[in-house]
Amino acid sequence: MSDSAANSGPVLAADGTPLKRSLARALRMQKMRALALISPLLIFVLVTFIAPIADMLFRSVENDIVAETLPETVVVLQDWDAASGAAPGEALYDAFYIDLVLAEEQKLHTRLGTRLNYEKTGLSSLFRKTGRRASRFDTDIYTDQLIALDPSWKDPASWAAMMQSDANRTALPLTARTWDRWAAYLTGEGDDPAKKKLEDFLYTAAYLDMAAGHAKGASDARIAAAAAAAPGFETVSLKDQFAKADKAWVDPSVWETIQIFSPKYTNGYFLNAIDLQKSPDGIEPRPENQQIYLMLFKRTLFMSLVITASCILLGYPVAWILANLPSRTANLLMILVLLPFWTSLLVRTSAWKVMLQQQGVINDVLVWLGLVADDARLVMINNQFGTIVAMTHILLPFMILPLYSVMQTIPPSYLRAAKSLGATNWTAFWRVYFPQSVPGIGAGSVLVFILAIGYYITPEIVGGTTGTFISNRIAYHISSSLNWGLGAALGSILLGVVLLLYWVYDKIVGIDNVKLG
Amino acid sequence: MAVTSSNDAFVEFERVQKSYDGENLVVKDLNLTMPKGEFLTMLGPSGSGKTTCLMMLAGFETATHGEIKLDGRPINNIPPHKRGIGMVFQNYALFPHMTVAENLSFPLEVRKIGKSEREEKVKRALDMVQMGAFGGRRPAQLSGGQQQRIALARALVFEPELVLMDEPLGALDKQLREHMQFEITRLAHDLGITTVYVTHDQTEALTMSDRVAVFNDGRIQQLAPPDELYESPKNSFVAQFIGENNTLEGVVKEISGEHAVVQLDGGGLIDCKPVNVTEVGQRTKVSIRPERVEVNKDRLQEGAHLLKAEVKEFIYMGDVFRTRISVAGNDDFIIKSRNAPDQIRLKPGEQVEIGWLPQDCRALDA
Repeated sequence: MSDSAANSGPVLAADGTPLKRSLARALRMQKMRALALISPLLIFVLVTFIAPIADMLFRSVENDIVAETLPETVVVLQDWDAASGAAPGEALYDAFYIDLVLAEEQKLHTRLGTRLNYEKTGLSSLFRKTGRRASRFDTDIYTDQLIALDPSWKDPASWAAMMQSDANRTALPLTARTWDRWAAYLTGEGDDPAKKKLEDFLYTAAYLDMAAGHAKGASDARIAAAAAAAPGFETVSLKDQFAKADKAWVDPSVWETIQIFSPKYTNGYFLNAIDLQKSPDGIEPRPENQQIYLMLFKRTLFMSLVITASCILLGYPVAWILANLPSRTANLLMILVLLPFWTSLLVRTSAWKVMLQQQGVINDVLVWLGLVADDARLVMINNQFGTIVAMTHILLPFMILPLYSVMQTIPPSYLRAAKSLGATNWTAFWRVYFPQSVPGIGAGSVLVFILAIGYYITPEIVGGTTGTFISNRIAYHISSSLNWGLGAALGSILLGVVLLLYWVYDKIVGIDNVKLG
Repeated sequence: MAVTSSNDAFVEFERVQKSYDGENLVVKDLNLTMPKGEFLTMLGPSGSGKTTCLMMLAGFETATHGEIKLDGRPINNIPPHKRGIGMVFQNYALFPHMTVAENLSFPLEVRKIGKSEREEKVKRALDMVQMGAFGGRRPAQLSGGQQQRIALARALVFEPELVLMDEPLGALDKQLREHMQFEITRLAHDLGITTVYVTHDQTEALTMSDRVAVFNDGRIQQLAPPDELYESPKNSFVAQFIGENNTLEGVVKEISGEHAVVQLDGGGLIDCKPVNVTEVGQRTKVSIRPERVEVNKDRLQEGAHLLKAEVKEFIYMGDVFRTRISVAGNDDFIIKSRNAPDQIRLKPGEQVEIGWLPQDCRALDA
C-alpha cells in the first residue's frame, strides 16, 4: 500500500508542500550551523593551502610571459614559416625592436630570457646582451628626421595630446599601441608621460606607421605632413642592427623557439617533465643525455613500493604483538613506537648517516667481527639502500598505528573459533585473522606510500645521486633553477599519479575497506 | 549422581587446578566426569572458574595441575585444533569476511573433505537449524538469533562428539533466548552430542541440562540434576544462588536424624531438615523456598512450630502473589503464593503466623 502511495506522486507534508522540500528546509538551518562551525578551518585551508597549490599547479601550463613581453613580435611571428629555414623578414625585427626596447626599459627582458633559456640554452644571455644594445641602435635617424620636419615632434606633451584623438590613433596604430604601453609604464613608475623625454623607439614606431601607409590622408596636419615626407626618409635596417648585435638573431632556430612558446598556455613544461620536447616537427623525445624525469618517476614509485612493503613486513608483527598484549604493556611499547615522532626528522635521518656510512657504526662492527674486510667496507648510504632503510624507519609508525587499531578490533575469539574448528595456527591466521587485518594494511599502505612518494628531506640527506626522489628535483626547480613551471608540472604529474593509484586502489581493495581505527 | 564410575566417562577432569598468576588458584581441585550424550551445565557467578574450565577442555588454556581426559585419552598436550571439539562462543565468533556457507564449510575444508561432500554437509547443517536459505549471506546481515543458529550449525557441521558452549545466549532477548534454549536442547538430544554448557543464568541451567555443576570460588559446589539442585541444595551458596531463597540464621538446638530444631537469632524455634549441620550448638543458615512457606495453618503438621510475622508489602504479579514479610528480625522474607481463587491476599501491616513442612526447610552451613 505504501508502495502504491509512493508511486502515485511525491509525498506531501501536512501543509501540502512536497515532503522533500519540506525536509530540506528543516535541515537547512542545521547544515548552515554545521558549515559555520567548520568555516574557520575551511577558510584557513582554502587561503593557505588549496589556493597556493592551485596557483602553483597553474604555473605548469601558464606561459603568458612571451605574449606579454613581446606582443608585437608574437603577432608578426605567427605568419613566419619556421620550416622555410630562413630568418624572418624585416617586419619582424621592426616589431621585435619596439618590444625589446620597451621590455628593456621595464627590465623585463632578462626575465623573458630566463624563461626561454629553459627551452633553448643561450637565450638568457642573448636577451641580456642585446637588451642593452637595442636602446643604442641607429634608429635615432628617424627621430632626427621627424624633428627636422617639425620641431614640435620633440615635445612629449604634443604626443600625449596627439594620442588622445581616435582619428590619429587609426592613422598611427602601432604608434598608438606603443605609446599606450610606454605611458602605462611611466604612470606606473609615477612619471608623467607628457613630460618624459621621448625615446627613439616611439619615433621608429611613428615612421613605421607612416611608411606602411596608414597615415595617408590623416586629419592632423603634422601627421599628414610627416606621412607625406616619410617615403623620402633615410632608413636603417633593424635586421642588420640585430645581426650586428648578435649573430644568433638571424638564426631561424631562435625564432622557432620563440614562436613555439608564444601562446599563452603551453604543454611544454609537461612534455619536459616526461622527457619530451616540442619541435617544429611536433613532439619528440629529448636528447638521451637530458632524459631524467621518467627515470626519476619510476625510481620514486619503485622505492616507495619497496618502502611500503618493508613497512608491512616489519610493522605487521609489531602491531600484532601490541594488539595481543595486556593494555599496560601495550601502552609502554606504543610509546616506543611513537618515540620517533617526538624526535626531529633531521636528527633521525642524520643518525642513519652515522649508522650506515663507511666509517660508521655498522661497518665498524662488521669489520671488527671480521665479516667484512677493512678495505671493502659496505656502501650503505648515499644510495637507494640508505634511502630505503632510513625512510622505512621513519614511516614505520604510520604503518603500525592503523594496523594496531584495526587489529585491536579483531576479537581473539575468532582465532580460537578457527582453531576449535580444526584449523592449525597458520591456517587460522591466514584464513581468519589476516583477511580481517587487510583494512589496516590498506590504510597503512596508502599512508606510507603517499608519504613516501612525496618525501624530500630524507632522500636529500641520505639518497646521494642514486637514491633521490622526484621531489628532490621539484625542490631544485622551485628553489635553485627557479623554473617554477617545470617544478609545477612535475608536481602535477606526481599528484596525478597519486590520485590514479588511489583510484586503482579503490577499484581493487575498495576505499571502504580502509580503516584507521 | 547419575554416573560416578569413570569407566564409561567421556569427559573427565582429574584433580585439575589452574592458576594464571602463580599466586591465586582460579580452579581448585576440580573433579568431574561426564558420560557420553549428557548435557552438563557449568553454572556460577563470574570469576567462579567455569569459563576457565571450559577453555581448558577446549585447549585454549592449559591446566596448571591435573589431567583432563576425553574418551579415556589424556588431552592436556593436544592442541585445540586436534581435539575435534565443537565450540559455540559467547559473541558467536562468526568470521565476518566469509558468507554463512563459507563459515560452515571452513571446518570441513581444513579437514580436507571433498567439495561435494562439503556442500552436502553444509546444506544439512543449515537445514538442521532452519537456516537453509541464508547460505549466501554475510554474518553481519543476520539478526542475533540467526547468527546464533549459524554458530551452532558451524560447531556441529563437522560432527564432533563433544560440543562446548560459552554463554551462547547471553546477547539475545528473553523470548528468543527461551526459544533457543529449547532448540539447543532438542538438537543436542536428537544428535546424541555430549554438551558442556557454560552460563550464569540459573533458569537456563535448570531448563536445559541433564546435570548442573554449580561453581563458586574455583570449586564445584554441587553437581546434580536440576530438580535435586533446586530442592536439595547441599550448602547455603547453592541455596542462595539457585532460585529465590529465604535465609534465617540461628543455632541448632536439637538434632535427631532427619529432624532438627533451630533457635533463631531473631527469636523463635523452627523445625527443619539438617543437611550439613551435625551437632547441637552449631551455627546454621536455614534456607526455605518462598513458595514452600505456608500462611494457612491447616496445611501444616500437628505440633509444627509457627513464627509470628508482619506483612510489609504485597506485590501482585499476575500468576503469583509476592508478599514481603518481617519475621524473626528478617525484613526481606518473601512468600510466593499461586494466584488461585481461594488464595488469601495479605495486606501490609497485617499480623500473620507462618510455618512450613520440616523437609522443605534445610539447615545449612553458616
